[in-house]
Amino acid sequence: MLARDETQLPLKTTPLHALHLARGGKMVPFAGYEMPVQYGPGVLKEHLHTRAHAGLFDVSHMGQIELRAKSGRLEDAATALERLVPQDIVALAPGRQRYAQFTNAAGGILDDLMVANLGDRLFLVVNAACKDADEAHLRAQLSDACEIATLPNRALLALQGPQAEAVLAKFCADVAALKFMDVAALRVMDLDCMVSRSGYTGEDGFEISVPAEGAAALATALLDNPDVLLIGLGARDSLRLEAGLCLYGHDIDTTTTPVEAALTWSIQKSRRTGGARAGGFPGADVILAQLDGGAPRQRVGLKPEGRAPVRDNAPLFADATTTPIGTVTSGGFGPSVNAPVAMGYLPTAQAALGGTVFAEVRGQRLPLRVAPLPFVSHGYKR
Amino acid sequence: MTTLYTSDHEWLRIEGDIATIGVTDYAQSQLGDVVFVELPKVGRTFKKAEAAAVVESVKAASDVYAPISGEVLEVNETLSAEPALVNSDAAGKAWFFKMKIADKSELDGLMDEAAYQSHTA
Repeated sequence: MLARDETQLPLKTTPLHALHLARGGKMVPFAGYEMPVQYGPGVLKEHLHTRAHAGLFDVSHMGQIELRAKSGRLEDAATALERLVPQDIVALAPGRQRYAQFTNAAGGILDDLMVANLGDRLFLVVNAACKDADEAHLRAQLSDACEIATLPNRALLALQGPQAEAVLAKFCADVAALKFMDVAALRVMDLDCMVSRSGYTGEDGFEISVPAEGAAALATALLDNPDVLLIGLGARDSLRLEAGLCLYGHDIDTTTTPVEAALTWSIQKSRRTGGARAGGFPGADVILAQLDGGAPRQRVGLKPEGRAPVRDNAPLFADATTTPIGTVTSGGFGPSVNAPVAMGYLPTAQAALGGTVFAEVRGQRLPLRVAPLPFVSHGYKR
Repeated sequence: MTTLYTSDHEWLRIEGDIATIGVTDYAQSQLGDVVFVELPKVGRTFKKAEAAAVVESVKAASDVYAPISGEVLEVNETLSAEPALVNSDAAGKAWFFKMKIADKSELDGLMDEAAYQSHTA
């Protein structure tokens, strides 16, 4: 009954690899890395602990990239990056970060990312599976204006949950002053870190870019606090799903536009029709037309009415008829909701909250209600 | 009463021509927290190795195969309300279903406890 993957690929490891093994991490291949899917307590307890206390995640597999303007003026780097994303980067204040997407000519999403203004440079955090392609894209498109540097010698830790501030403040009092999506260069345990108040769980918390050689010491120190539990990728996925956050390659990809993906909140007015710098990014014609006139389909929250989880790729139906109208893109059991939860795409006409659709699971049609996202309210400290 | 095991980590308790079937403690430890169990319908007949039940953790769904051929006589409805029993008592209260053994010779291919222990070692 258990499928075991015996394939041995040359997998990369993060600076915390030895720590994962020493602490009972169940290691699996993920985006070319050997990463912990869970530790001894298991996905359910790790998930609930993060929501109640604090969880520490190794996300060092993600890409960290710096952009510096060749002119030396940050504004020029920001203007250049706006050629690749539908977000307002020029108006992003120093010490602030925002969510963005690299788009393609069809308006689809090449990757989603965080962009921070560090004063003299832009700092990007991109998905592990896309980071090589992202770097190539940046070099091909922005080399005229920017120096592009990847930071392979930095680890990335996420400390998430209501106790995250109290825990991290013991090592760096300044973190308490940060608000959601603030970012600052801070000394943490005598290490030069880049700390942002953000994350991928829906909880308050921090992401800490730390020199690779200091990462294990910092992780160990944080884990010495009894409020902090080490959390694997399994709970990271269930936490972000309950928080209604997209997973690249599942909820968003090159065939979904930011408007279809219900990410219009991330596209500032200045880049929309009538804005100061409207358009000018790949696929702007498609994306601006959808912002103005609506998209044919929408990412929605879906709550199965029964107890059976409805998982990725389950086709969605309006009724007992045979033609699918959409697909589940993320689905599973939500430990905090204590029920199955899912997200997927539906035609806009059928995407209204409260509507019922059916997913096909093992030959049966199971009812799901179109539900508001997130499934668990965000705990961000704004 | 004999207990036999499959290489797919199911156990069968044999009483006369009835087999009670569940998943092993090793299986539950590999699955993680079980959040949903789908049981077969009473009266359904399975051939050996057909998917008969589904057990779902937070992360994934796994099939439970009919370890032998036969008709389902009874299912453990308690698991529908309390799927976590699979984690806490896999070898006992968390039995999945009972089957009428169609062909006793199919039992010959199964493992005894000692063989199963070395299979998972």
